[in-house]
This record gives sequence, C-alpha cells and structure tokens, in this order.
Amino acid sequence: MKEIGGDMLLVAAMVAATMLTRFLPFLIFRGGKPTPPFVVFLGKTLPYATIGLLVVYCLKTPILSVASQLSGQNGGEIIKNPGAWGIPEWIAVFAVAVLHMWKKNSLISIGIGTVLYMVLVQAVF
Amino acid sequence: MKWKTKELGYAFPKTVPVLAGYLVLGAAYGMLMAGNGYGPFWSVLISVVVYAGSLQYLGVSLLVSGVNPLYGFVLSFMLNARHLFYGISMLDKYKNVKKFKPYLIFALTDETFSVLCGEVTPSELDRDQVYFWIAFLDHCYWVLGTWLGAMLGNALTFNTAGMDFALTALFVVIFVGQWSEKSGRKPAILGVGAAVLCLLLFGEDQFIIPAMAVMLAVLFFVYNNRKVLESKEKEAV
Repeated sequence: MKEIGGDMLLVAAMVAATMLTRFLPFLIFRGGKPTPPFVVFLGKTLPYATIGLLVVYCLKTPILSVASQLSGQNGGEIIKNPGAWGIPEWIAVFAVAVLHMWKKNSLISIGIGTVLYMVLVQAVF
Repeated sequence: MKWKTKELGYAFPKTVPVLAGYLVLGAAYGMLMAGNGYGPFWSVLISVVVYAGSLQYLGVSLLVSGVNPLYGFVLSFMLNARHLFYGISMLDKYKNVKKFKPYLIFALTDETFSVLCGEVTPSELDRDQVYFWIAFLDHCYWVLGTWLGAMLGNALTFNTAGMDFALTALFVVIFVGQWSEKSGRKPAILGVGAAVLCLLLFGEDQFIIPAMAVMLAVLFFVYNNRKVLESKEKEAV
C-alpha cells in the first residue's frame, strides 16, 4: 500500500504542476481588472510565435540531424544514408505545406502528409 | 442549457487530425506504462487527470524511479512552462466564454490550443459549446488511445509507425494558415528563430524555456520601441 500512496502523491504533484501552468495566466489577469498593455501585446503576438516554437519542437530531431551533418560529422553520407538528414520528415513537411497553400483544406493536407510520411518511413527509408 | 448537435458536427472535423495523433501517442503511452508494470488503471487515470503528453512520457520514468513528489512538481512545471504562453494567448479569446471555462483552461494541450487559437466560430453556432466539444473530443481521444494501448499491448498487427506525424502536420498546417495573415509573420519568424537557435545551443531536452525567454525579451524590446515611436509621433503632432 505504501508504494501506491507514493505513486498517487507523485501523480497529484504532476496534476498540480500542470494545472498551475494552464491556470496561472487566467488567475493573474482576471477579467475584472484591465490587462496590462504589454500582456495585451503578448496576447496578439505570442500565438504566432508559439506555433512556430511547436513546429520546431516537432522537428527537433531532423533539425539536429541536418545541423550535425552540416557541421562535418559524417559529411557526404547523404547518398548512403538519407535518413541521417531527416529526409522523410522534410519531404512530408514540404508536402503538407505545399498542399495547404494550394488546397487550403486541413484534413487533406494532414491526411496525405501523414500517409506519405508513413510510406516513407515504413517502405522507402 | 440546451445541447445542440450542430455544434458537435461542426467541431468534430476540426479534431480529426488530433484523433489520429492522440490515438497513436496515447496507445504508445498505455503500452509503455504497461511494460513498466502500470496497468490500465494507472495509465487511464493519469491520462484523464494529468492530460499532458510529454509530461506523461517523462512521468513513466519518474514513477518507476519513485522520485520525490516535490521534485516531480518542479520538473513538471518546467516541462509544461510553455502552457503559460497558451494561457496568455487565449486570455482575450476566453474572456467572454461563459460556460465550461475552467474545463477549457484545464484541457489546453498543445493540440487543443493550436486548433482553438485560430478558431472563428460562425455566429449562428453556440461558440462556448464549439470550444467545449473541440477540447472534450481531444481529451477523449487521448484517454481512449491510452486505454487501447494498455489493453492491447503489443497485440497490434497494423503497422502504425509514423502515424504520430499527424500532429507535426497539424502544427505545420496551422503555421501555414497563420503565415497568410501578414500581421503574424514577424512573430512567427521570431518563434521559429528563437526555437532553432536555442535548440542548437542547449540541445533537445532543455531548449523550450530558453526559447521562451528569448521570445519574451525580443517582444518586450519591440513593444518598448513601438511605444517610444508612438509618443514621438504624438509630440510631432
């Protein structure tokens, strides 16, 4: 029982910390008081910057692969080992972006991009 | 309050990319937990109440090594610090939300945030219900995926490798959509630039918080410069 109690406590800590990160801005800047102008400015700019951050977060592995290739480690391996450059990710991201600029339909862009990526990692590379 | 199906019908297609991603990543989480001796009770419970993908993955090793809850709290806060930005970004949008507001804040994951932050609900629909359905459906997908993973274990025969790319694709689609609004290009470039710079400098495990700091510093600088410009213009008039 002692162990279950410890696990429960740890889960409670994870819940509390996560809730804090999600609720804090709303607790600090309540509806009643006027929001500071800099925070209003952040509210208009951060959505764009944050999505940029999330894109990089998802692509961190291919970005680091390219960086390590460019910095000279395993130079010239691209023909022998295209996976080392994160090629499947780059092809699929490019396809998603082009499809979305062209068709402007989220489900088509995401669906085709994901299937393309699955084919690339399962059957090609 | 009257529940209407029109809102659900409108919200569901917007969550389909999240459905694909969350089923796969949720199932992977359920399997990982099961492999470490934590059955469906634990994994489903955690997916319901914690509901934060990257933290839950880290949480497996925290549970296995039985870390001090206080240390777990600090680590969880650091890993999830990016949620602070989602909250600030949604302050305006959530300001006039009457129903479900606490739940909408609780359920603000990376994916729900990115779907909601560009959401413009047609005026004939109940906006609060649309927000709720998007948030709640995403939550259900995550819990369902976790449960499936915990129950099926490695019995899956369908090769799902690469299916989690749906979430990357979702973020790319939202990025491209925002790019077409010209006013958002500079902050978008800032976000990508700060993240790539910090990724290269600090490595993949600890670049988010430095990147957030760089973004805040640059935005503060831009904001102050703009204020100086505006007051100069006023003086000139």
